[in-house]
Amino acid sequence: MPLIERPLTQNIRPGQEPPDLRAYERAGGYEGLRKALTLDPKTVQDWVTRANVMGRGGAGFPAGHKWASVPMGPEAARPKYVVVNADEMEPGTMKDRLLMEGDPHQVIEGALVCAYAIQADVVYIFLRNEYKLSEQRLCKAIAEAYASNYAGPKVLGSPWSVELRLHTSAGRYMCGEKSGILNALEGKRAIPRAKPPRTAVSGLWGKPTVVNNVETLANVHHIIRHGWEWFRSLSHTEEGGTKLYGVSGPVNRPGVWEMPMGTTVREILEGCAGGMRPGHTFRGLLPGGASTPFLTEEHLDTRMDFASMHQIGSQLGTGTMIVMDDKTCPVGLLYGLETFFARESCGWCTPCREGLPWVARTLEAIEAGHGKPEDMEVLDSHVKFLSGHNTFCELAPGAMMPLKSALKAFRADFERHISEKRCPWRTG
Amino acid sequence: MTTLHVDGKTYTADTAGRNLLEVCLSLGLNVPYFCWHPAFRSVGACRQCAVKVFKDEKDVRGRLEMACLIPVTDGMRVAIDDPEAVAFRAKVIEWLMVNHPHDCPVCDEGGECHLQDMTVMTGHVYRAYRFSKRTHRDQDLGPFVNMEMNRCIQCYRCVRFYRDYAGGRDFDVHGWHDHVTFGRHEDGILESPFSGNLVEVCPTGVFTDKSLKHHYTRKWDLQTAPSVCPHCGLGCNTFPGERYGTLRRVMPRYNGEVNGYFLCDRGRYGYEFVNSRNRIRRPLQRDHTGPVEVSKEEALALAGTVLQSRKVIGIGSPRASLEANFALRALVGPDRFYHGVTDKELRLVRTLSALLKRGQARTPSLREVESCDAILILGEDVTNTAPLLELALRQAVLQKPKADALKLGIYEWLDECLREAMQDQRGPMIVATPDRTALDSLASRTVRAAPADLARLGFAVAHALDPTAPPVPSLTPDTLALAEGIAAALRTGRRPLVVSGYGCGSEAVAEAAANVAWALCRTGSTASLCFTVPECNSMGTAMLPGESLDAAVAEISNGTADALIVLENDLYRRAESGSVETLLGARQVIVLDHLAHVTASRATLVLPAATIAEGSGTFINNEGRAQRSFQVFVPPDDIQASWRWLAELMPHSTRPWKGLDDVLAALADAVPAFKEIPDIAPSADFRLTGQKVPRQSSRYSGRTAMTADLSVQEPKPPVDLDAPFAFSMEGSRAHPPSSLIPRFWAPQWNSVQAVNKYQFKTGGALRDGDPGRRLIEPPEGEPTPYSVSIPAAFVARPYRCLVLPAWHIFGSDELSLHSPGIAARAPGPYVALNPVDLGRLGLAEGQAVTLSVGVASRVCSVIVAPDLPVGVARTPAGLPGLPALALPAWGGIAAVGGHSPPASQHAAGVPPVAGNEQDAHTATENTNATSGSPGERGGAP
Ligand SMILES: Cc1cc2nc3c(=O)[nH]c(=O)nc-3n(C[C@H](O)[C@H](O)[C@H](O)COP(=O)(O)O)c2cc1C
Ligand code: SF4
Ligand code: SF4
Ligand code: SF4
Ligand code: FES
Repeated sequence: MPLIERPLTQNIRPGQEPPDLRAYERAGGYEGLRKALTLDPKTVQDWVTRANVMGRGGAGFPAGHKWASVPMGPEAARPKYVVVNADEMEPGTMKDRLLMEGDPHQVIEGALVCAYAIQADVVYIFLRNEYKLSEQRLCKAIAEAYASNYAGPKVLGSPWSVELRLHTSAGRYMCGEKSGILNALEGKRAIPRAKPPRTAVSGLWGKPTVVNNVETLANVHHIIRHGWEWFRSLSHTEEGGTKLYGVSGPVNRPGVWEMPMGTTVREILEGCAGGMRPGHTFRGLLPGGASTPFLTEEHLDTRMDFASMHQIGSQLGTGTMIVMDDKTCPVGLLYGLETFFARESCGWCTPCREGLPWVARTLEAIEAGHGKPEDMEVLDSHVKFLSGHNTFCELAPGAMMPLKSALKAFRADFERHISEKRCPWRTG
Repeated sequence: MTTLHVDGKTYTADTAGRNLLEVCLSLGLNVPYFCWHPAFRSVGACRQCAVKVFKDEKDVRGRLEMACLIPVTDGMRVAIDDPEAVAFRAKVIEWLMVNHPHDCPVCDEGGECHLQDMTVMTGHVYRAYRFSKRTHRDQDLGPFVNMEMNRCIQCYRCVRFYRDYAGGRDFDVHGWHDHVTFGRHEDGILESPFSGNLVEVCPTGVFTDKSLKHHYTRKWDLQTAPSVCPHCGLGCNTFPGERYGTLRRVMPRYNGEVNGYFLCDRGRYGYEFVNSRNRIRRPLQRDHTGPVEVSKEEALALAGTVLQSRKVIGIGSPRASLEANFALRALVGPDRFYHGVTDKELRLVRTLSALLKRGQARTPSLREVESCDAILILGEDVTNTAPLLELALRQAVLQKPKADALKLGIYEWLDECLREAMQDQRGPMIVATPDRTALDSLASRTVRAAPADLARLGFAVAHALDPTAPPVPSLTPDTLALAEGIAAALRTGRRPLVVSGYGCGSEAVAEAAANVAWALCRTGSTASLCFTVPECNSMGTAMLPGESLDAAVAEISNGTADALIVLENDLYRRAESGSVETLLGARQVIVLDHLAHVTASRATLVLPAATIAEGSGTFINNEGRAQRSFQVFVPPDDIQASWRWLAELMPHSTRPWKGLDDVLAALADAVPAFKEIPDIAPSADFRLTGQKVPRQSSRYSGRTAMTADLSVQEPKPPVDLDAPFAFSMEGSRAHPPSSLIPRFWAPQWNSVQAVNKYQFKTGGALRDGDPGRRLIEPPEGEPTPYSVSIPAAFVARPYRCLVLPAWHIFGSDELSLHSPGIAARAPGPYVALNPVDLGRLGLAEGQAVTLSVGVASRVCSVIVAPDLPVGVARTPAGLPGLPALALPAWGGIAAVGGHSPPASQHAAGVPPVAGNEQDAHTATENTNATSGSPGERGGAP
């Protein structure tokens, strides 16, 4: 059997219907699950740990470690849950959508392997409200999986039973946050939860729960099928596997590609996306969605994995970059982003709830030519205070990532707005 | 004990189960906070309590942490005054000010506003925000709570109190991001009987006391003293506040053992009777020409003549102080003193108190109720008979799941995390009552039965727990299994609790409840037994020897007495009008009371008596806790405490009493049970650093101007002969003993949150112990014998119903009904019936009927109660203007008007013979009685 290099996208044919169950099985689908069922759940966990799959939802937490902290054995609280985080509302991010629309069975199989590994009783796929096509395709695939007993009672004749449910979100960015998603599933407000307890111990309805991103889970049955050594070998770095990278903005070929983990920014920007469109000059990019810090020219040869990006003071995030050119006003761009974050604040903690709208209105004023010199101080102080542990969850610190880096990289542009009392990018 | 270093100083503290914020506050350190509340603790929403925490001595950078979220570890290094922490906390206030309207000058909260205090504490002075603010629409939430949503700082305390802590359903968070609001889904009356607590729970002026708004005064201008709620038997501690001779509001007074931080809405809003236009302000003499005002001296002379020339008996009152009842008893003579309640009620309350004194089950404080973990409620609708007990039981059912959740390593102060882990798990609580109660939704099991069957069930549970407890004859297998199930559930508790009381009006139910608690004790559990009692001093007065109202009626009708003194009592609320007429037919009737009720209107002499806010006295609550209530203000005109009137009527030669302490000394002397009563609070000569305790705050304004329309000279403050308080702003500002705290205040802490400074531990006891003294403790030695009088099973009767009293938090209490807000929420007269009985009696829902019990009857409308056992009816107790019914009793129900169906015609046609009817619960064991419990129904498991 020839080993695959692009496991996640091997079955995906853009513009075509995704493989149905038979086609998926013909391509080796559900072999990973079949094999997992022959292994001890702890062994499955162990392989995933050795494969070093970093969470693809943005935080880069090793999936194996997360699974290993779930209480196992007959004493463990039941039911246990797997929540597939398919809320994908990070601006500029559309990688999970590609997986769900392009090969829904792969997402399901990954989730089922995870469920088996922690001996979960129920899997919830928590889907972004607007992903209607994903919803249709997942529904069909779930029905097929039940019909062939990949889900349901006594999966494939094993003693293990599992339920598989699709939940479509009411639509909020915070529903994708790792504990907000649990409250949302419980029918509560999507506010985050404090720790301890860890979700692995007391999560959905107070029971042991694993929350993983769609892309994270789409990897795991490949690991079981082909082994963790193979998986590690796919990557350029220590962090195993391939990664879905995306580019949006004024480039020649915006899109999403599966590449070895640790591909450099330049390879993706210039190779995959074909570089900047003619007449557009590169100024900077947000490497992994809106809540990551700007990279500029000097960073382009950095490898896109969690550790390397961290080293240069940025973040991999979702690995889907937003490119900014010289025709775009950075203040206007930030105003748009911060308006999004302010609107999506759940309203639970003071700094985020009150701080983000203040930032957004300040940017609005600067962009409209009503900025005052003191406004820079307002922005700086928010960057300073909306960081670290100061807010309850990561939304607000995430919101400050692009602002903080922009205030550094493009400070002169902000100051020009204020001193000229207009946006230099606006004509007329 | 843990050592920690804060701002370079070293402290040791008991930090078990407590977070850094709580420990700091208890050490006297000022850390600002909003979302943390001492009763429902931390969620980490406001981010106001940020402090710097350092890893070790070498760590100089440290990191900001929310003090309310983290534990204290030994050797921990903390900086409250770290510049980054200081700047961040000021920034949090600045953020909160982004949308705050800054309307302090017109805000009802001003002067006792936690937001004001915290703003000053953080040093925030200049708000850089220069854009427009958001505005919200306010809701009308009914008569109790006012809303001004623009002032909201989104601390989430209100919703956490209302929903999570108090179990309300009609209040929530709405909206998202910087547009969240708190309130009902639409305008309307807040349903929770604890809604008034939003006033203090909310740290800003969003939720304020609507009753105060009608006669507003600045908070620092209120004269206050420690008082006790007179509106039910629980004796919650209060701070009534007065200005210009009117009572403006009542606030909870923290008592860690009793009411904690809270009050029910009856207790908070019931005070307006004090300001009523129906107040009796001057002595009134009534002869054939009608009533005439007389001077105090004339009144005393008139009363003196009556006392000398007539055979006088005294009728006491369970809503008057011990001192007043005792003074009456001393004046007329112990054998001529009668309790102002019927024989039925007196026997019941005496049974309750005897059961508590006799048995080894302890009577718990409300705080102790909260810590119980397996509960049987027998016959009691606590929301309506002892409101704050409901709130305590709501916490108690969480004990078991909380203990499980803590095993997951959750910090016990992380409220949201605990609730997530607990979800809707609740410990065992069996609610066995005649009809639905508000606690049903939390119950592990509900049982609906007539009182006799509830008693039988209780006796059966006791027998199931301990085979030496008397068995119940002729039980159905279902009831037996139910009893065994309940026994098993109670056995799972580490601290089981049995709740019962006066609600059913049944001694058998109370005895059964006691047997259950005793059986638990005998089989190795530390069980508690909690009884409700009807009024604020029912427990205390029942401890005074003396017979009931029925005996007084006999005295008058057989001529052994021809005059009576009625103490703070509207007899028409107590007894059937026939008996009251007999009593009031006496040659001379002297009434001492606050309000011109029907009894007062029949008196030959009326003396204006002080309300609880106008005189000092002692009350004993259901727990057996004696508590002193102190005079708040000097009432106008001739109003004075009843005991003082009575003392002044004593012959000059023997008049030994000048002040409260003299009455207390005599009381302690005369009644051995009250030996300790004088010691429950310091006497009038107590001085704090050589001075009295001021009733007025240090910011009290207008002292020289208030009476300037009468005289430009500042009047001398009145002298208080009864207590070590001054009617003045002069006096000691040191912390007095807990029973003398006139308000909670500390430098920089002008809101109720100042109470943190009066405790060693937040949420714990006041520094020198919570006020009051328990007079009832379980006896040592041999266990008490079980009660053995087991009633026969309830048997429904043709054409009649067993009528039970339906108690209402808003409606059954006499005094609180004078508050317009409470009156508006009182029910109309109704009779509740099971649909089967409705059919049986040929009645329809909403129909007007006459309910007759004994010789009394009332017209009311029919409501359907699907859970009520067949053959049982309920009708509200205590509603004004309705003849009192001696419930429970068998009664007839007949349609009003001509076309009544045959069945009810029959019921109405048979003249009921008072005394002939046997109450279900006093029926003797009858071998012919059908066994089983017809009305019993197992609820959802
Ligand atoms: C505001 C916010 C929104 C988030 N939205 C998503 C999302 O839509 N999908 C997702 O997978 N992770 C999202 N995350 C990250 C999750 O918190 C969490 O780290 C992730 O789901 C864990 O899965 P992983 O370990 O497989 O990455 C979000 C985080 C924050 C703070
Ligand atoms: S930072 Fe605070 S307000 Fe913002 S989303 Fe997180 S919890 Fe909600
Ligand atoms: S209304 Fe009051 S208690 Fe409720 S969130 Fe606002 S400030 Fe807090
Ligand atoms: S529960 Fe009783 S004592 Fe307490 S406030 Fe309410 S009425 Fe008053
Ligand atoms: S009091 Fe600590 S975060 Fe609100």
